[in-house]
Amino acid sequence: MSQPRIELRSVTKSFARRDGSLNVVAGIDLALAAGEFVCLLGPSGSGKSTILNLIAGLDAASSGEVLVDGAPVAEPSRRCVLVFQEYGIFPWATVRENIALGLRDRTTSEIESTVKRYVELVGLQGFEDVYPGELSGGMKQRVAVARALAVQPHIMLMDEPFGALDSLTRLSMRAELLRIWEREKTTILFVTHDVDEALQLADRIVILSPRPAKIVEEVAVELAHPRDVAGPEYGRIKRRLYERLGVSHAI
Amino acid sequence: MGVWPYITIAVAVLVFVLGTRLSRSVTRIAFPFATAAIVVAAWRISCHLMEYDLRFPDGTVKRIPVFPTPFETVAAMVDMFRDGTIFRYTIASLYRVAVGFTIACVVGIPLGLWMGWSLRAHDALNPLVQALRPISPIAWIPLAILWFGIKDAAAIYIVVISSTFPIVTGAMAAVHTIPVAYVRSARNFGVSGFELYRRVLFPASLPQILISMRIALGVSWMVIVAAEMIAVESGLGYLIMDSRNANNYARVVGGMLCIGLVGWSLDWSMRRLERLDEVRWGFSKIV
Repeated sequence: MSQPRIELRSVTKSFARRDGSLNVVAGIDLALAAGEFVCLLGPSGSGKSTILNLIAGLDAASSGEVLVDGAPVAEPSRRCVLVFQEYGIFPWATVRENIALGLRDRTTSEIESTVKRYVELVGLQGFEDVYPGELSGGMKQRVAVARALAVQPHIMLMDEPFGALDSLTRLSMRAELLRIWEREKTTILFVTHDVDEALQLADRIVILSPRPAKIVEEVAVELAHPRDVAGPEYGRIKRRLYERLGVSHAI
Repeated sequence: MGVWPYITIAVAVLVFVLGTRLSRSVTRIAFPFATAAIVVAAWRISCHLMEYDLRFPDGTVKRIPVFPTPFETVAAMVDMFRDGTIFRYTIASLYRVAVGFTIACVVGIPLGLWMGWSLRAHDALNPLVQALRPISPIAWIPLAILWFGIKDAAAIYIVVISSTFPIVTGAMAAVHTIPVAYVRSARNFGVSGFELYRRVLFPASLPQILISMRIALGVSWMVIVAAEMIAVESGLGYLIMDSRNANNYARVVGGMLCIGLVGWSLDWSMRRLERLDEVRWGFSKIV
């Protein structure tokens, strides 16, 4: 493999607490190649979001190294953008202003054409001057995705971005994300606790243990998109994931 | 006095009773008037009850009113309206509040945002703000007169003192409740320094800042009346003190009514601002 886009070398993270320190990440080694789509799959509260914050430079690791394009991460950067579950977009700004957030150093005409392009990419034409409060949950999430894509990041870190959506919207957002990923060739690290979501999206699924997070197993998913969710291979991997998450007896 | 106050109260009570069966669109017009009618009627009756007989040495008896009736008050207001007194004094009071409140906003909003965001600014300035805040603005009047004389500046200073602290405290508290996701997104997209204030901290705090501005404006309008009774020789507060010295209580009550009405419309204008797109997201949709 050539130089990985993202590389974590024995990364740990603990937070100081009143009752001692809380160990959240306990030694993670992980590498993502450019253009790869990887899902971090693990139970809630297992430190998945913490790992994304470390890669985004919003938090510093307690030990180990976090590298992006071979260089240690020191501060947040527009090349590596974090997409949250809904609330990352600004309710006081219009869809246009939200998408233009990362484009402040461009000329007016550049901003205009970039915003137009990404509004079209996520299908929000006609909503440019609307405030987020008037949009549905799915549309807000699309604004967040468009805002991230507009800065043409090398990396998108997605923290359960579709968690707050209803199941039908979630399905169509997944399809849209894959379409965008295939076109923009962005490296995506996607956090979820939904086995099906991971299986439908990722090239590779990294299973994390409960806190403190450690990698339990990495599973490659070599199925072409769109994936047949009723196919035998899909079912086989799914059973294996549930087994590794320790809930195989429940289904 | 006649029986009209009693009839008025009976009719108003009837409106309330019937109103429970009527639609909201009727009651929101009818109920305020019914409430006002009861207050005016009760006012008139209490004037009657408080009158007393004064016997003169020559044996004549005179009914002495203690308190102006609603009609005398309205007549005094019409009178003051005609000769321009009300207009002139209302403008004088509004001018002082407008200047003082603007200074308070220009100083208080940035200061509050800064103290809310920077822990070191908070460490340095919060004890000062919290120690000055509980001092009643009225207590500043002697110093205001000493520094500025019996002039507009003294009254304006009192307004600045009374509205800066609620605004600083409100803006500071607003920053403390900004969801961390907004700040993280902003940092992720390269927003920092002054831009962080302009693009995130200020707009995210604006709904709460607006509420504290509304409170500050209400306090200023109350305080300006007190300041004008002592520190200047014009304005609605001066009108009340001046009329009292002239033993003209119809004008005193007329001035009070005028203060209430202007204060109400000031608050109404502030509430209109809550509908702007930039802040509407921060207000509940219930009312």
